[in-house]
Amino acid sequence: MADTIAPINPADASAPRQADVRTEEMLVNMGPQHPSTHGVLRVVLRTDGEMVLQSVPHIGYLHRCAEKIGENVAPYQYVPYTDRMDYLAGMNNNQAFALAIEKLTGLEVPERAKYIRVMFAELNRIASHLVAVGTYGLDMGAFTPFLYCFREREMLLDLFESACGARLTYSYITIGGVTDDLPDNFVDVCSEFLDYFEPKIDDYNNLLSYNHIFVKRTGNVGVISAEDAIRYGLTGPVLRGSGVKFDLRKAKPYEIYDRFDFDVPVGLPGGTAEIPRGVVVGDCWSRYYVRVKEMIESVKIIRQCLRDLPDADEKEGICNKKCKTVKLPDDEVYMEIENPRGQLGFYVKGDGSAIPARVKARGPSFCNLCVLEYAGKNCLLADIPAIIGSMDVVMGEVDR
Amino acid sequence: MSWIENRFEEGLMMTSLDWALNWARASSVWPMTFGLACCAIEMMAVGASRFDIDRFGAGAFRATPRQSDLMIVAGTVTYKMASRLKRLYNQMPDPKYVMAMGACTIGGGPYFKHGYHVVKGVDLVVPVDIYIPGCPPRPEALLEGLMRLQDKIRHESRAIDRVAQSNQQQLANV
Repeated sequence: MADTIAPINPADASAPRQADVRTEEMLVNMGPQHPSTHGVLRVVLRTDGEMVLQSVPHIGYLHRCAEKIGENVAPYQYVPYTDRMDYLAGMNNNQAFALAIEKLTGLEVPERAKYIRVMFAELNRIASHLVAVGTYGLDMGAFTPFLYCFREREMLLDLFESACGARLTYSYITIGGVTDDLPDNFVDVCSEFLDYFEPKIDDYNNLLSYNHIFVKRTGNVGVISAEDAIRYGLTGPVLRGSGVKFDLRKAKPYEIYDRFDFDVPVGLPGGTAEIPRGVVVGDCWSRYYVRVKEMIESVKIIRQCLRDLPDADEKEGICNKKCKTVKLPDDEVYMEIENPRGQLGFYVKGDGSAIPARVKARGPSFCNLCVLEYAGKNCLLADIPAIIGSMDVVMGEVDR
Repeated sequence: MSWIENRFEEGLMMTSLDWALNWARASSVWPMTFGLACCAIEMMAVGASRFDIDRFGAGAFRATPRQSDLMIVAGTVTYKMASRLKRLYNQMPDPKYVMAMGACTIGGGPYFKHGYHVVKGVDLVVPVDIYIPGCPPRPEALLEGLMRLQDKIRHESRAIDRVAQSNQQQLANV
């Protein structure tokens, strides 16, 4: 039988072509209502059978005018809006904006508040990565890791709630410090949680990271080389997954990160005891695994914070008293920090009044999403959710 | 009802059609996964370990509107999204219910004053059954909202055409 089937050779027009293998291109809309686009992202896919030839992201379904609002309210009132930008990492967003305003106005932050800020930023990094890891499993068809991750996340949210009363939109880190001091037994409860949480990371690895099906679906898929990652301006775990060791906490320490000892995990080639076979640097699995490793590093930082936490100073308080009445000088400032998703920068321009003349945010999700056109090319249709999930975009911050 | 007594074997239950249908509908509400913004994370938390909306029969989150009864509008609705939301609502089979979760869907929330691209309330687009306030509402609040919706379903009657009713409501809103 094999002899009778003519070889397919597009260059040879005279050769008989098989009708059932001829395909034609089709445009497929994915989203804005799609379970694996993590919000309201719409991707237009140009497909040829199972192959995706091109994928173009369309954004703007959650444009909430955040930058315009920044020009209309005082910085102190704008802090709650930064919560709602990257709603999985409210603390980090508060911190970025507060640091920008403090840099512009020269406000001093109490020493204890600095430690609390770093501690909560890292706790929120863990909470954010837990959602990323859990929902990535969900995208790949594994429901159980999602439940495990959310179980630990609820404990973290209890910690946040005890400190500031909110589960998701904290506004805890504010201009000039933090809004409230820690509850009485926070240090004990927090270290108890860390002791409980650290061994759980092995559970996630056994459940999901080393799962054969998971590795098959994410290993060597959506590979981004280190040069291209830098060229596209990627930041955060997406950049480090490509093997570039760059973290603002190390490269340009802000707040008090220079006082802590931690590593910057990067993507490594597969075939070792830690990294399974079939994984290459810069693929979806590496980006995912960088997040898992970052949770361990965050635990390290929080432990050091808890150890060195200075006692409350009655005179100094926990927040600078001038935070609500501060006037912005006629100057401009750009301040960026390492968010769980990458570099989040705030550009603020003052004009002598209490309300900024311009607020601009440089969101990591927005900049990381641009690589989808590059990574989601000439791959299978089923790889698209894997690639989008490994970027871990939050649409609230892409559209702002 | 004396003519019907003692005519059936043991183990047979008599009920009204309304009660039976409402019981079935109220205890298996299938929501659509329709996360728009921050509230979607709390909606996920409700579906996950601690709160577990499955206890109340509403845990089967469907990815398509054609298989779902309940649309939980979780997050800010923008003008660009409003037409898609309307379309998704129209694709859902009757009987269908809508929950407005969070301040943004109730009336624009924190984006009311300066949000030029935010719809000031999802009830301008689709008819809403339950409003859940909060920014974002706590998972307990969402569970409470679900129970109020189940109450509402339990008091429905086949004698009243719900579709005609909601159409009239919509016309009145315009």
